[in-house]
Amino acid sequence: MSKFHISRRGLLKGSAVAGIGLAAPTIFTSKAWASFTNEPKGDSVTLGFNVPQSGVYADEGADQLRALRLAVEHLNGEGDSGMMSTFSSKALKGNGILGKKVEFVTGDTQTKTDAARASARSMIEKDGAVMITGGSSSGPAVAVQALCQEAGVIFMAGLTHANDTTGKDRRRNGFRHFFNSYMSGAALAPVLKNAYGADRNAYYLTADYNWGYTTEQAISEATEGVGWTTVNKVLTPLGAGDFSSYIAPVLQSGADVLVLVHYGGDMVNSLTNAVQFGLRDAQANGKNFEIVVPLYSRLMAKGAGANVKGIFGSTNWHWSLPDEGSKAFTRSFGTKYGVPPSQAAHTVYCQALLYADAVERSGSFNPCGVVEALEDFEFDGLGNGKTLYRAEDHQCFKDVLVVKGKENPDNEFDLLEIVENTPVDQVTYPHDHPQFAGGALGACNAGS
Amino acid sequence: MDAIILQILNGLDKGSAYALIALGLTLIFGTLGVVNFAHGALFMIGAFCAVTLNRLLSLSHEVVDETRTDFLGNPLRVDVPYVYEWFGPDVGATIIDWSVPLAILFAIPIMVLIGLAMERGLIKHFYKRPHADQILVTFGLAIVLQEIIKAFYGANPIPTPAPEAFVGSFDFGALIGFDPQTIMYPYWRLVYFSFAILIIGAVFAFLRYTTFGMVVRAGMADRETVGLLGINIDRRFTIMFAIAACVAGLAGVMYTPILSPNYNMGMNFLVLSFVVVVVGGMGSLPGAVAAGFLLGILESFASRAEVIDIIPGINQVIIYLVAIIVLLTRPRGLLGRKGVMEE
Amino acid sequence: MLGLNRKDSGLFLLVICLTALAPFLLNPFPEGSELAQFNAGYPDLMQRFMIFGIFAIGFNILFGLTGYLSFGHAAFLGVGSYAGVWMMKLLTVNVVPAIIMSVIVAGLFSLVVGFISLRRSGIYFSILTLAFAQMSFALAYSVLTPITNGETGLQLSLNDPRILGISQTVDGSIPAANFFGIEMRDSLELAMGGWLFTFNAGYYLAAIVMLISFYIAIRIFRSPFGMMLRAVKSNQQRMSYTGLNTRPYALTAFVISGMYAGLAGGLMVAMDPLAGAERMYWTASGEVVLMTILGGAGTLLGPIIGASAIKYFENIFSKINDTVLHGWFSFMPDGLQDFVVAIIHPFIGKGWHLTLGLMFMLVVIFLPGGLMEGINRLRIWFGKRINGRQQAPDHAPATSS
Repeated sequence: MSKFHISRRGLLKGSAVAGIGLAAPTIFTSKAWASFTNEPKGDSVTLGFNVPQSGVYADEGADQLRALRLAVEHLNGEGDSGMMSTFSSKALKGNGILGKKVEFVTGDTQTKTDAARASARSMIEKDGAVMITGGSSSGPAVAVQALCQEAGVIFMAGLTHANDTTGKDRRRNGFRHFFNSYMSGAALAPVLKNAYGADRNAYYLTADYNWGYTTEQAISEATEGVGWTTVNKVLTPLGAGDFSSYIAPVLQSGADVLVLVHYGGDMVNSLTNAVQFGLRDAQANGKNFEIVVPLYSRLMAKGAGANVKGIFGSTNWHWSLPDEGSKAFTRSFGTKYGVPPSQAAHTVYCQALLYADAVERSGSFNPCGVVEALEDFEFDGLGNGKTLYRAEDHQCFKDVLVVKGKENPDNEFDLLEIVENTPVDQVTYPHDHPQFAGGALGACNAGS
Repeated sequence: MDAIILQILNGLDKGSAYALIALGLTLIFGTLGVVNFAHGALFMIGAFCAVTLNRLLSLSHEVVDETRTDFLGNPLRVDVPYVYEWFGPDVGATIIDWSVPLAILFAIPIMVLIGLAMERGLIKHFYKRPHADQILVTFGLAIVLQEIIKAFYGANPIPTPAPEAFVGSFDFGALIGFDPQTIMYPYWRLVYFSFAILIIGAVFAFLRYTTFGMVVRAGMADRETVGLLGINIDRRFTIMFAIAACVAGLAGVMYTPILSPNYNMGMNFLVLSFVVVVVGGMGSLPGAVAAGFLLGILESFASRAEVIDIIPGINQVIIYLVAIIVLLTRPRGLLGRKGVMEE
Repeated sequence: MLGLNRKDSGLFLLVICLTALAPFLLNPFPEGSELAQFNAGYPDLMQRFMIFGIFAIGFNILFGLTGYLSFGHAAFLGVGSYAGVWMMKLLTVNVVPAIIMSVIVAGLFSLVVGFISLRRSGIYFSILTLAFAQMSFALAYSVLTPITNGETGLQLSLNDPRILGISQTVDGSIPAANFFGIEMRDSLELAMGGWLFTFNAGYYLAAIVMLISFYIAIRIFRSPFGMMLRAVKSNQQRMSYTGLNTRPYALTAFVISGMYAGLAGGLMVAMDPLAGAERMYWTASGEVVLMTILGGAGTLLGPIIGASAIKYFENIFSKINDTVLHGWFSFMPDGLQDFVVAIIHPFIGKGWHLTLGLMFMLVVIFLPGGLMEGINRLRIWFGKRINGRQQAPDHAPATSS
């Protein structure tokens, strides 16, 4: 049977073995039998890795799973310990978490809210997971975060970029390491102004769902702040495939910049369409027409091929960063899998380490203790420089990378070049900023 | 005015794809009386023929290049395709570059074989079963086919670019007297549209001007009588099925540069193509083609920002809305015949 | 019993026993054993068995009796879910009003869709329902975001203005969905030796609702109205020649099955208060078609069996990965073991859809009556074997058992 699969209830076996002959049944209510949900009672602890294994973000999900397997190895003291050696907190000893061996179960979110939630529920109810992490889209992240809050386990969000995750839908039991739409806008706007000037007219094509709305708002507010005007904002259906009928009218609109608020396959398709329609060679208002992609990932850049060259965007992390943490992680991941890690892989690896470290520091798997240990926790050495987990909204504050599609890549992974490492102060906002208003963390929930 | 021309042009390529799939669907329905829910999967398989050929041509072996390094600082391993060695790098690169058009030749035998196998192996046994059973079994087949493709090619879109010569777009506006750069139309879409017209023309000509086609048309009108005349109509219908599969497959091959193929593209096109067939009139070939282009163009118009501002969300529902209106006002679709599918 | 004949009473009693004892029956393997991963006795999955059972029973009332193949039933489930969550946001977290509202709203919506779609039959009807469902999905995902919360899905929040009840509990969390104080996620756990059985409050609520729905379905099947619907299926033209307008009958069946779908949607949010737009997508409608056909359209028990089989596959089968397989075949020599795993690999785990598709095709080809037909054939076959020559086999058509 699976090495990774030990049910929390399995652990009961030890204590109940004596009872087999006597057949003395024991009855618990779920409220009374443990001090918090899925309290690990044996010599191992189960984590739930809920990533998209099918659907549009399957690639990112697969990369996350690789990173999480690596994290488990490192936590259990196997392998080269990766970023554990560069992490500023030294609570982790490579003997599992609190001496318990780390095991894991995986689930498929299918990048759908319902499926993600069902999969997380089964990991909590059936497999006894004490923490859920992973995911590559904001809708499922918000839904699973709410579920973890109700069930009394910790949720360490994966790749989720919409403001809502730590904005109006924030929860006490949920934490986000990844950056967000607001930060993308704040980091991109000055770079765009320097590169393309302050007098620009932007046209937005926005994916018609929550992430699209918050990102469009963040980018347009930030660029209007440096003097740009917004010509038009058009919503496009998710997974439209062919964006030609949305792209074609752009040139007639008087705009000279196209902002593609798309991610994943949609971004690959819309960017390819835009290039096919000759937007990159076009002139408008006497200037070169430009395209901007707010959220970049290397996996997407690979899908779009040569079309990304010279196009600006922002990213959470990139493997070519020169700091010790990034180098250690890239080496460890690259040696094991033969490819460099993506930003999606990096963020879940960090989340797994941060969770384990918080458990060690609080001395218990109790989610409320973990929450306390993570709130206002400052750390370094995980590839993004000095980072703060802010207590008010459970958002990580760190430097944001502005990147550009590389003109002359050295190898097939070398697709993005770092244009600027925007310092954290420039992307910090008050936790009740209008783009994040309307949410409350509530109280921590330890379940039972 | 230029805006209108632009949207019409834009509707043409998607309309071409709808028309080609719908043509095959309605051909199968008209001849065999079978509702084929796996037709979208045939389109998808066609697209993956292009991907497969591209991969076959790019088969390569590793050469270690000591002068360059990979991301970990080790010497870089460079993949050199075999075709480079056989034909020299220049010709080799051109061959790989032209893999999508070349895939037409590759796809025709494959699609014909798949079509024949499907008809003889499965569909044949469903002639006499109710339409609901036909829908269900082909729906199951569609799931199986797309899962097989997924098992081999993964779940992600695979970019398959058009040849270098067709990259970029053509200034249609300047040609007909508008300001330059107002009406741009990518070359490949022009190719796709022409290709679709060619295929549609060929299918119609085949049915119209060959003896084979005449027999098939007679069989569509009255199968029993043609059978009584001693003509083996079943065999001809089987061949028509293979042709329909081929049309869908070729539509898929040529669509790859427009939309990177992934395993469930077939399902998305299937649903829309069924709407197209029903709007055009079940069993009517000109109806399917006309409705395909009509819906493609309508969808394109509904995507304009001005239209969305007036009726939010119209771009996402226009096709279904049209289908409902057409079905309620013209029960047999635009060009449908009486008595088809009305049991 | 309860106005049912002997055979139906027996069937109903059987279903009651099975659902009541499900926590035992579904957890046959001791915890921590090799086979424990095949246990399905955890609340989430048991609830799904019941909920999708209701959905399929309802779908079967339309498809199994009248033969109208709707490809848009998921829309009613989705609309019901949204209505349910809104009740919980605005009125109370007691699940009863939410479920009632789900049924009402789904019923009204299906009345509108049914009234229009039933003007056509055959594939035209299928396309019309599909078109309505796809429109509902597309709008719920995008334009209707203020009502549906789009991609994220509609869920409870800390500042819901709940009229009968509290916005948040004293310690600052969202109150849990409950049935007059019994929280849906409360469970009683019973440990016996190596076994552990979970009795979940939500499951038993869903089970009772399912049993009531099942009972109503039996009554509909046996009523004159049910006869009329079967007549619609077998020959609509002849029906209209007799001067009977069949449309009101078909529409009634459509609305009833829409209300069943709404009930399933309401229960879904009662168990887990979140409604996502994906549950309205046409593949979700396709899934209920698969369930019904797989189990046996037109039979009473079939849809429940089909729904349970598919949900079991989706949740248990899909979790078997290569590591597990290697564990199973570890007794084989290395090369052979890799080979066997490579053969099975495409059919399990992520590839479970392939197995489902194949199974479905086989059922449609060889067992048009679904798994129920298979069961009946087996029964008859065994009956022959046992009774030998003494008794003629029971050839009674088993379409409605």
